[in-house]
Amino acid sequence: MNNKFKPQIADKIFKIVLYIIVFLVVLLLCGLLGYIMLGGIPYISWHFLTSSSDYIYAGGGIGIQLFNSIYLTVITLLISLPLSFGAGIWLAEYAPNNWMTDLIRNSLEVLSSLPSIVIGLFGFLLFVIKFRLGFSILAGGLTLAFFNLPLLTRSTENAIQNISDNQMFAGLALGVSRWEVVKNIIVPEAFPEIITGIILSTGRILGETAALIYTAGQSASIVDFSNWNPLSITSPLCPLRPAETVAVHIWKINTEGTVPDSGKISAGSAAVLLSMVLFFDLIARYSINKKNKRN
Amino acid sequence: MLDPIQIDLKKSSTASRREKKGQYLTFFCIGISVLIIVALIFFITYKGLLLFLKDKVSPLSFLSGVRWDPNNDKFGALSMMIGSITVTILAVLLAFPFSFGTAIFISEIKSSKSKKYLRLAIEMLIGIPAVVYGFVGISVIVPLLRSTMGGTGFGLLSGAIILAIMILPTISTLCVDALKGVPEAYRYTSRALGATQWQTLHKVVLPIARPQVAVAILFGMSQAFGEAVAIQMVIGNATLIPTHLMSPAATLTSVITIGMGDSVRGSVENDALWSLALLLLLISLLFNLIAHFAMRKRT
Repeated sequence: MNNKFKPQIADKIFKIVLYIIVFLVVLLLCGLLGYIMLGGIPYISWHFLTSSSDYIYAGGGIGIQLFNSIYLTVITLLISLPLSFGAGIWLAEYAPNNWMTDLIRNSLEVLSSLPSIVIGLFGFLLFVIKFRLGFSILAGGLTLAFFNLPLLTRSTENAIQNISDNQMFAGLALGVSRWEVVKNIIVPEAFPEIITGIILSTGRILGETAALIYTAGQSASIVDFSNWNPLSITSPLCPLRPAETVAVHIWKINTEGTVPDSGKISAGSAAVLLSMVLFFDLIARYSINKKNKRN
Repeated sequence: MLDPIQIDLKKSSTASRREKKGQYLTFFCIGISVLIIVALIFFITYKGLLLFLKDKVSPLSFLSGVRWDPNNDKFGALSMMIGSITVTILAVLLAFPFSFGTAIFISEIKSSKSKKYLRLAIEMLIGIPAVVYGFVGISVIVPLLRSTMGGTGFGLLSGAIILAIMILPTISTLCVDALKGVPEAYRYTSRALGATQWQTLHKVVLPIARPQVAVAILFGMSQAFGEAVAIQMVIGNATLIPTHLMSPAATLTSVITIGMGDSVRGSVENDALWSLALLLLLISLLFNLIAHFAMRKRT
């Protein structure tokens, strides 16, 4: 094909094309980040971040949504952390090398590759309808925990496997059980890496929309920030109230379009959301880099 | 009859009892994870089959019917299937040259210092939430297409562009891994024989990396196929068979996203939406299966 050209010329063309492509990708990246951040920052104010939203008139804020996003993230982590922790330890330390382990690994792989809307529908079916939780923080948190499980399990497993086997051998030689070595020596040593995995998944939870539309719901009920009794329905901590997050709010005002200033609100919310996600991403990256430098 | 010493010896030690406890505890956690995936497949399959078993809609008319008109009992999923497939293929075609070019730059051009930052930036793109992409689509891509190509701007092309940007980092990071998987010695040998960088890439590196690059494309396709929120915001949501690039369309995911909230639970329309969800689940599983075998083939 290229016999017509001299190889050097073909190589030149290849490099020029490559540089053009990379230039365009960099342009796209900067354009995208610049557009979201610069386009949104002018609308962010203390009022915008704290006041409640309005579906009919202009001037609404995202205060409740912001609180919901953070609260939902905490609930999701509370549910998924212990499970994925145990699952990761089992896969790293106890999993026998047979077809059953393969099957388990594959099903986790499947769970992580399913579209989030499918997981959202499952959560809707199971928690909202079957368990009668209604559109609620709890239903949303449980659904997001499913979504989060495979990722956290894998990062825990990797973190534990990165610890030198000698630790385990030393423990076993002293007559300590495998479980106690894992619990008291290996997990504490793998902890920084596990934390990095948690931070990475936090960014993913904050930005998730499709799995939440039919589980945590699309309405931000009025909450009374002076009432901290989790059993009261107006309390911000009540796990059974519907809770629209920032991400779902952006989706909702853009698809329903009843708010006159939806453009401004979504620009501001997108910038807030992106800065939170990138913040967690950068922390995780920083801790990975620090660890690599130390080794 | 055992004497006390024998009994003591036969009893399990504290360590082994603790060991058992840990084993059961962690196995319980992994068991729950597996239970979740089994329950998910079971529940969605059950709900998805109701349309055919309870409402007596024939599966053939569901799969091959063009009209989706729940008010007149027409439940054809074909237009959405075509919408989903077209937009996925378009997105991959748009994204692949850029992702692959970026991957080659990151993995093959050794002299460049900037590649570290490029990789960082690409990986950060993965973290941008889908809904933010959808918002960028509505506020930038749609108006741009409206003013240059006419029409409303909402349609196949806007959807494909947004999906392309979303899957670009996925394909490119996986391609980087594919190219890095080729042993460095092959490149040195090829260059030592006098081959240019292009010849080395084209004749030596690519043939080895090809199966992994195919897996990268597959993952990109699966991501594009399953994306719901961003695509629903820009595709125009008209359940018609798209005739040209600018025509509004619908995908499986977009119809489910809108419809699930509007339809009455237990109605035929609602059952039909669950059948769409089942279709989506099956296709995602198929993507997963193909990727699995493609990867296994290499190893």
